[in-house]
Parts: sequence; structure tokens; C-alpha cells
Amino acid sequence: MGFDQYHEPPEELSQEARTFARLCASVIEEAEAIDWYHQRLSIERDPQARAIMRDALGEEFKHFSMDLEFLMRRTPLWREIAEGILFTDGDIVELSEASEEAATEEEAAKGAPLVGSESLGIGSLRDAA
Amino acid sequence: MSHLLRAHAPITEDGWRVLDEEARDRVTPALAARKLVDFAGPHGWAHSATNLGRSEALGDAAGEAVSARQRRVLGLVELRVGFAVSRAELDDVERGAEDADLEALDHAALRIAAAENAVVFHGLEAAGITGVIEASPNETIRLGEDCERYPRHIAKAVDALRAVGVTGPYGLALSPEAHTRVLETSQHGGYPLLEHLREILDGPILWAPAVQGGAVLSLRGGDFLFESGQDLSIGYLSHDDESVQLYLEESFSFRATTPEAAVALIP
Repeated sequence: MGFDQYHEPPEELSQEARTFARLCASVIEEAEAIDWYHQRLSIERDPQARAIMRDALGEEFKHFSMDLEFLMRRTPLWREIAEGILFTDGDIVELSEASEEAATEEEAAKGAPLVGSESLGIGSLRDAA
Repeated sequence: MSHLLRAHAPITEDGWRVLDEEARDRVTPALAARKLVDFAGPHGWAHSATNLGRSEALGDAAGEAVSARQRRVLGLVELRVGFAVSRAELDDVERGAEDADLEALDHAALRIAAAENAVVFHGLEAAGITGVIEASPNETIRLGEDCERYPRHIAKAVDALRAVGVTGPYGLALSPEAHTRVLETSQHGGYPLLEHLREILDGPILWAPAVQGGAVLSLRGGDFLFESGQDLSIGYLSHDDESVQLYLEESFSFRATTPEAAVALIP
């Protein structure tokens, strides 16, 4: 039995860190499975086999999404940034930069360090009036 | 590294922290507009325009039997105020000095905050921005210098807003002169005028540098929209042996989507 998902001695990691590592490994595995099915589908001709693979591919997408959501829920700032990128239209790179800026500004406004932002972090002052 | 080029400045992390904190402390009290209007963003320096949700017909400019329209947007305004910081003062900050002379930064902070207020309340014609005061279709009210009459004026403004269906609570932005008069005034019996006005408004009274007169605004939301591109930030320009040239900068747009949600007060 391997413990490849750990890059530090597991006994020194907290329970939370080990769970996080397991789900990170799971995300990787699901993404790999998506890729495998995607490649198989691109060459498979048998309709029944294709239908089964499409069904399996859908399941892998679902598993991938669940794992990702779990990791996001454990990292609120990542989740906030991801909210500005996922399920949107427009230039993905621009959306990611704007989302990161907005999320880190909000963190700064709450008193958190300015991660990835160089502004004064003032934002809205409606509640300060 | 962003366009602010902060990493190129001869300023340590501690130095930047002191400069950012000083700027934040100085600029926040003067940012009256942000305490009254809706704030969206910041969307980043690359954000160039606000979507107005409207378009203009271009006729057959794109070819026969082809109709063309162009989206209308409101371009963001960039405000920048430069200042210099002595390198000797920055060295003293590194030594632990807590009384560094950052007067130029303080002036720049007040100047850019005042400019932001001016754009929101009085507009910026060159940028296509109409301010709260100019946009309001409601009858203007003259404040005058007699503070005893201010409660009557503010109550009249609140009544005018209610009459057109604009609910509260309401906020009051006042020019520095009018604000000082309000602070200094006690009514008969010693009751502070400030408290009396707060009761009428059910909202805040704000010191608003660069505003002429003032305005009463509804705080219900959705009426006045400030869209931030890059929020207020300090950037680096250049340096020599004596000083570092820096600047305070922001980008934003402003729209009064319900102009009747404010009453203008003229001095």
C-alpha cells in the first residue's frame, strides 16, 4: 500500500493536512481518468462501448467536481477567487486576474495580509460611515 | 510585478507597510463618496470600462442588409497624484522611527480623496461622468451660513426624497466649511446640531472635501454606482540619492442610475 500523496512524514502531518492531501490526490486521479476516457472515446468505434465510456466519463467529471468543491470549501480565499473564474464568459486569464484582485482586496479589508495585491485595500466604506 | 513597479523602488517591506498604512489612515476619513454610494470591484487595472447595457445603431455601415450596433460603455477614469518621500526618512523608518515625516504623502492622500469626491458629487464632464449634485432633478436647497436653519433644510430634502418614492435611510455629505459649522453648533438647550440632523436623516453626516455645498442621498442602495478598477494604490516612479518619487493612483467610473435619489444643497 503506497502513501505517495504525502511528501512529508505522515505522522508529522495533522489530520486536516492528511485529508487535504488525499483529496488533492483524488482530484489528480479523477483528472487522469477523464483524460483516459477522453482518449479512448476519440478512437473507439463500437456504439455500445462508446455509450459506456461516455457514461463513465460523466461520472469522472462528477467525482472531479466533488473533490474540487471539497478543497475549495477548505480554502475560502481560493473559493472566492474561483467564483470569479468558473462558469463565466470572457477572457479566462483576465477574469482570473480581476477575481484574484477582488478577492484579496476583500481579505485585506477584513484585516488579512495583502496577498497578491498591492493596493491600500480600502474598498467600500459604506459600513464605516 | 504590476504596473505600480513597487519592486523597483528602494523601499523595504517595512517601508512599504508604513507608507501604505499612512496613506490608508489619511485617505479614509476624506473618502466621503464611498461611505454613501454603492461600491463594485475592484476589478483590476486592466478593467477599462463599465457596461451600460445599451447600444447605438450604426445603420448599414457594416454592409447592405446587415444591421450593426455598437455597445455603449463608460470608460474608467484614472486619477493619479504624485509625491516624494525623503530617503533619509525611509532610513529612519528602518531604524524604528515612528514619527517619520510623510507630509507629502498626507497631502497627496487628501488630494486624491478630494478628487474622488469631486468626480462623484460634481461629475467630470470630460470623462462623461455626471455627478450626484448635477444629476439630481429635485429642487436644490440653499444651505446658507445660518446653522439654526439646517434642520429645516435637511428635513425639507428628506421630505422631497420621500415625495418621489425614495426611501431611506439617508446620508448627508457636507462641504468642509458647512461640516465645521455643524460641528461647532449647539442648538437651544445645548443639544448638538449634529445629533439633531442624524435623527432627521437616520444616517451619517460626512465631511466631504472638494464638495461645494452638499447633498442628501438615499442609502437604500442601487441608485449611485461606483465601479472600481484598481483601488487606491501607491506606485513607484523614480528615485535619486535624496528622495523617492511615488504616486497614489486609482481607476473608477461613477453613474447615478436613479438621479432623483439625491437632493443637491448649494452653499
